[in-house]
Amino acid sequence: MTEPILDIRNISKSFGALRASNDVSLDLRPGEIHALIGPNGAGKSTLIKQIAGNLRPDAGAVWFNGRDVTELDTVARARAGLGRTFQISSLAMEMTVLQNVVLGAMGHRTGPFRFFRPVMKDRALLAPAMQALEQVGLEEFATTRTADLSHGQRRQLEVAVALTLSPRVFLMDEPMAGLGAEGSHRLMGFLDELRQQAPILLVEHDMDAVFALADRISVLVYGQIIATGSADEIRANPEVRSAYLGEEEDA
Amino acid sequence: MQRETLINIIVLALLVLFPLWAWQADEPFMITLATRAVILALAGVGLNLALGLGGMVSFGHAVFFGVGGYAMGILASHAQSYEPIFEWPFLFEGSKFMPLIWLVAILSSGLAALAIGALSLRTSGVYFIMITLAFGQMFFYFTISWPAYGGEDGLSVYVRNGFPGLNTLDPIQFYGICLAILAIVLFAMSRLARSSFGLALSAARQNEERVQAVGIGVFRLRLMAFTISGAITGLAGALFADLNRFVSPVMFSWQTSGEIMIFVILGGVGRLYGPVIGAVLFIVLEHELGGLSEYWHIYLGALLLGVVLFARGGLIGVLAGREVAHD
Ligand SMILES: Nc1ncnc2c1ncn2[C@@H]1O[C@H](COP(=O)(O)OP(=O)(O)OP(=O)(O)O)[C@@H](O)[C@H]1O
Ligand SMILES: [Mg+2]
Repeated sequence: MTEPILDIRNISKSFGALRASNDVSLDLRPGEIHALIGPNGAGKSTLIKQIAGNLRPDAGAVWFNGRDVTELDTVARARAGLGRTFQISSLAMEMTVLQNVVLGAMGHRTGPFRFFRPVMKDRALLAPAMQALEQVGLEEFATTRTADLSHGQRRQLEVAVALTLSPRVFLMDEPMAGLGAEGSHRLMGFLDELRQQAPILLVEHDMDAVFALADRISVLVYGQIIATGSADEIRANPEVRSAYLGEEEDA
Repeated sequence: MQRETLINIIVLALLVLFPLWAWQADEPFMITLATRAVILALAGVGLNLALGLGGMVSFGHAVFFGVGGYAMGILASHAQSYEPIFEWPFLFEGSKFMPLIWLVAILSSGLAALAIGALSLRTSGVYFIMITLAFGQMFFYFTISWPAYGGEDGLSVYVRNGFPGLNTLDPIQFYGICLAILAIVLFAMSRLARSSFGLALSAARQNEERVQAVGIGVFRLRLMAFTISGAITGLAGALFADLNRFVSPVMFSWQTSGEIMIFVILGGVGRLYGPVIGAVLFIVLEHELGGLSEYWHIYLGALLLGVVLFARGGLIGVLAGREVAHD
């Protein structure tokens, strides 16, 4: 069995009396899409934040690429190769779409301490930036102000910025939310290929997408992982059916 | 050409032509007013890097203005008295040589900004405003109670410092020096705003989380910007002291910080020429209204209120519209 790139070991996190992560263990192996599903408020985003370094777990550890990164901040983890998209788009809204991806390319390549050369003429940054926009289908909007993008386009830009980082692991928090049927379908096709470049930990509410794409699925309910397995195993799991999938069938 | 570029060119042309007219018309006082405007503009350009591009609301830029001023005062007064400033670890004598004075002003105010920034950039929002204000007051009271360099009375320099090949006592020549420095710094700022550093700094102002997520630490970014910002305002302080041939603790007062911030906001925060237009406006108002009433600051306050409420982009925003993203 291949070694996991990302290994979350017994993480717990409480907000007051609320246990948002309850002894969560989870790993991500090369070449796979590992989907994390669960009802609203289950603690999916909270887990992503602890992996990306925005939140410190109360207990447990995050191992990335064979080392313990629990003490590192978001910046150090991003540099180590964690590429993350936010559930609520987090972009520089006054900048153009292209500037947002150039920022990502800069973070990954040259760093920000260049004071004189026009960054938007730097081919070494523009090329990967444009490529990322093309990959998500935003190339026509390169010069659009980010604040003028639709909700779905912002989600796509989130993914594009993560691409410019050439990360070793993608952490994606609901990248398809608000994309519409066609957009979702296109992104699904893209993620399907992307897993070869770097494995993806995918938080997603769209069950069709999850069951079609994921190599493994973990189900999080009230901060606890109640099952991990292939799509078929998860579908057949009675605990999952009653706790989560059942709810959807009733609705 | 963009409208803003056109406005910038007009402003620069006026800064060249008006003093030439005053020189021809033998109005040295007008040249001095223009010199004041140009030096204040330079101080504002410094603040604008922190405030406009970086989003750091510093209420302590008087510190850097004052440190630059005292760098000039101390160097020149030692040159007057022929006493070295210190002899250990190396002999450091006073000087009346402008380029050296500027260098010392830039280094010492940059260092002050580095230290103050390192301490205060760990906070944000109102706390950042208060802590920078507190540093300003610290320096103010320190210079008042420090007798070696005149204490409360300040320090006079009898002859303006020199620049090779020029007669700096001639108002138009000194004006030329100040304008040349402003033009060079504006050029450097226009490059910086479009550089990797400028893009990252501006992104950090808009969304700190985004910048961190691409692996760029915002603290070092802001500290660097704050340091450069302080150094530019410090250079302006040295020129200001040279213009007046006098330095006093007033340069460190919170009113000085406030005035710089006010005219930057009036002109247009974050715009390259915002501080220049603001400084010119400030000097014109001070000259025109100051003659009418001692309380001209009331009118200034009313104008500021108007800009903050109705014209967020300042005067340049009114004239040129919303800022267009570079390229
Ligand atoms: N900073 C916080 N302080 C207090 N409670 C929080 C905080 N962040 C999240 N929570 C709570 O923790 C629980 C888990 O939140 P989280 O955002 O991780 O859920 P989620 O699984 O991502 O839900 P959704 O599907 O709606 O995105 C929720 O009950 C939420 O209210
Ligand atoms: Mg969530």
